[in-house]
Amino acid sequence: MSTEPKLSASEHIKSDSHYLRGTIAEGLLDLSTGSMSEQDQQLLKFHGTYQQDDRDLRAQRKQHKLEKAYSFMIRIRVPGGVATPAQWLEVDRMSADYANGTIKLTTRQAFQLHGVIKSNLKRTIREINRTAMDTIAACGDVNRNVMCNPNPFLSEVHAEVLQAAQAISDHLTPQTRAYHEIWLDGEKIESSEQEEEPVYGRTYLPRKFKITIAVPPSNDVDVFANCLSFIAIVEEGRLAGFNVAVGGGMGSSHNNEKTYPRLADVIGFCPADQAVEVAEKVVVLQRDFGDRTDRKHARFKYTVDDHGPDWILAKLNESLDRPLEPARPFVFESNGDRYGWVDDANGRSHFTLFVQGGRVLDTADHPLRSGLREIAKVHDGDFRLTPNQNLIIANVSPENRPRIEALLAEYGIRDSHQRSALRLNSLACVALPTCGLSLAEAERYLPDLLTELEEVIEENGLRHDAITIRMTGCPNGCARPYIAEIAFVGRAPGKYNVYLGGGFAGQRLSKLYRESVPSSQLKDLLAPVIAHYARERADGERFGDFCIRAGYVNETVQGRDFHLNLKEEAHAKR
Amino acid sequence: MFNPPVTDPDVSAVAVGYGKKHPFPAPVLKEVLLNGKGSAKETWHIELSLEGSGMGYEVGDALAVQPVNAPDVVESLLRAAGLGGSESVDVRNVGVKPLGEALREDFDITGLTRNVLGKLAAATGSEALSAMLADEAKESLKAYVDGRQIVDAVRDFAPDGLAADALAGLFRKLPPRLYSIASSPLAHPGEVHLTVGAVRYRSHGVERKGVCSTFLADQVGAGDRVPVFVQPNKNFRLPEDPSVPIILVGPGTGIAPFRAFIEHRVATGATGKSWLFFGDQHYLHDFLYQLEWQDHLKRGTLARLDVAFSRDQPEKLYVQHRMLEHARELHAWLEEGAHFYVCGDASRMAADVHDALVTILEQQGGMTRDAAEARLDEMKHAKRYQRDVY
Repeated sequence: MSTEPKLSASEHIKSDSHYLRGTIAEGLLDLSTGSMSEQDQQLLKFHGTYQQDDRDLRAQRKQHKLEKAYSFMIRIRVPGGVATPAQWLEVDRMSADYANGTIKLTTRQAFQLHGVIKSNLKRTIREINRTAMDTIAACGDVNRNVMCNPNPFLSEVHAEVLQAAQAISDHLTPQTRAYHEIWLDGEKIESSEQEEEPVYGRTYLPRKFKITIAVPPSNDVDVFANCLSFIAIVEEGRLAGFNVAVGGGMGSSHNNEKTYPRLADVIGFCPADQAVEVAEKVVVLQRDFGDRTDRKHARFKYTVDDHGPDWILAKLNESLDRPLEPARPFVFESNGDRYGWVDDANGRSHFTLFVQGGRVLDTADHPLRSGLREIAKVHDGDFRLTPNQNLIIANVSPENRPRIEALLAEYGIRDSHQRSALRLNSLACVALPTCGLSLAEAERYLPDLLTELEEVIEENGLRHDAITIRMTGCPNGCARPYIAEIAFVGRAPGKYNVYLGGGFAGQRLSKLYRESVPSSQLKDLLAPVIAHYARERADGERFGDFCIRAGYVNETVQGRDFHLNLKEEAHAKR
Repeated sequence: MFNPPVTDPDVSAVAVGYGKKHPFPAPVLKEVLLNGKGSAKETWHIELSLEGSGMGYEVGDALAVQPVNAPDVVESLLRAAGLGGSESVDVRNVGVKPLGEALREDFDITGLTRNVLGKLAAATGSEALSAMLADEAKESLKAYVDGRQIVDAVRDFAPDGLAADALAGLFRKLPPRLYSIASSPLAHPGEVHLTVGAVRYRSHGVERKGVCSTFLADQVGAGDRVPVFVQPNKNFRLPEDPSVPIILVGPGTGIAPFRAFIEHRVATGATGKSWLFFGDQHYLHDFLYQLEWQDHLKRGTLARLDVAFSRDQPEKLYVQHRMLEHARELHAWLEEGAHFYVCGDASRMAADVHDALVTILEQQGGMTRDAAEARLDEMKHAKRYQRDVY
């Protein structure tokens, strides 16, 4: 008799799904409800879509004799965040035809469409595929969108790095035919004998898996917050290879100290042509050694933490053709974006614009979506989604630049980054009303809170001082809050845990400063700390570093230490 | 809230005999908005009590509702005519009463017709109006009437106002409006339910509203009384044989009698299967009675439900498109002897559904178009194809 702990429910759903088919195809045909069955909802994530409902409307729907306002979020994979103008135009069209008229640029360089109802789900996914993009594995217990530093002005190195991101993404894309059958009317395969998942196997991974590639000195992809990262090592102007970092991750649960964010450990170096192999073998390690009994302990960061990074390295080296070499030196300076125009050595120009909350939409004052549509119509380069939810209009030719500049001015986009450095370094997840996990507002509220905090910033002369500030509606950490210098994590409607002391370049975890603070008190809570910083900071000292030196919080060294060494007042009743 | 001037139902029920001549002042039990937030539509589910009325109904019947005009509509007409409302007028079969009250309770003060314009021309002596009423000016008359109401004509052709009697003389009696009943008396004893779409639109720069639908939506609420009587509709009846399958096509408020049909079949234990086609503008907001249909599907009291929402995608999608998508199965149901029912918009929907039926008979039954039409005529004669369209 086995005494092994029971597998989590999701494991059975995966193994019974016949390689992610479930009863999705049948469920899509039943239009008496806008919802899908519980099991199919789990499987749909692997196909790149989440069922959600408009939580603003929940209370009234039943009175109208209507079910919840169900709709789907569709996440479009954009490996490395690079999209052509034609793809931009299609996403723009679909956002109007099938979604809520907005395009969300995510913190993982993907597009998201929100509010797609069931009857439009299939055609939307089909049309996404027609534009040479896809949604498979955008969510679910598999490797997600591979992130990559999107700054093209690093020219050749960047092209190579982007290529690696694409190759890793392709190699780790699930092989099941289910996606084609369900969404693209592909031919059905009768017997499951005919297909297999060479990397994943029948039950895929224990939990989602996130890969990034960074090009120092920019840590915009936040390598330390991801399961597996490759840090480009450039020597004498050429890509020598990548340092390999494993075991980062953000998610945690309130009131559960066994869950915690963790920074990735840099365990070695591999030549560029070994990156795909390393990625596969690390994924296989997690497939075989990850915890499938407890989804709150199933991320790769816990596998790394439980066994130790040395064990991971040893195991990995056993399976590689060539073992990893020792890690090489690198320096990260920040994880933010550079805004405005940049010219590269090849004579091309790149314009990075600030997109608040990553939400591309038209408002009366800011017709951003229309402006970008007009730009896409004449743009001869490409678009790059940054890991900070911003957008680069990239590779603009000298001949075309005047037209782009004129459109940027016409649609009020040119000055999108003439904002406080605090705002320009902000991130927010989607949260209410659509995300089913959120406990509090994020994207809809952070802009207002920033306006309040900007008063403090102005009073203290910090308008041009970058401080990373992030807000999520729940502790799962989509906006990577625990490595920001200031973070707000939703506890309950209108209440946030406040974290301080994260590293400016995303290299250090933060620490809980105060628990469950009402939103009305956030400004007053932070104002003295910000004033203190303005007064007494050392030359070049970052806000997160200062918070530790000045004793507002203790330094968090690694994940296991995240919940420890809190100041007494962290749990002060408010 | 408005309470019509009626006699107490408890005393007079039997003596009067409620009906067309003496509408029953039915208490409103409940008004429920069926559209979700974000909808462009406003469809009300209204539950009325018939307790003590002595009136009964069968599913398929209509309920006549006697509305009154909205105060703001009366007001703008009085203003246009330059009158105060306290002037006395003699209303035929009613007696002498203040003009304001008569406009509110007795007259159709909105419906603009050639007849009304003729009276207005006589009252004002307007040459422009007389010219428009000439035989050779038919087109310009039509263009003028389109989207306009009596108040517009008074403003345009009686700029100096009208005498109270002249104004009162323009109108016909305010008629009751008919609504297909949305409930089965077996499922809701002593009650009658309606599904009412509030009519609101803008034309010639002015907000307009349907007299009776907005009377129900705006002027009455739970506890108020609404004068009603039953208008039987013998040409819209469930099959006598409870085992016969039925196909129901009822987009928009056309859904009303089919809610009654399904409820009735549940209450009587009828074994015939039912297939409902429903459509409206948006799935999320306009899926009328969605939770009830889900319940019927779960319990097996509705065999199939197909829906078409016209504005959820770039191309328009209507119930007839869903019928054609399922042509083979629909034809099979007809071959099994299913009765086919259509309720709702007469101007386009009913014709489109009819065309879809013809196409299905052509394609699935291998008939010529004429033969298909002939088959549908036969079905009509045999009461297997019934319509309640308006």
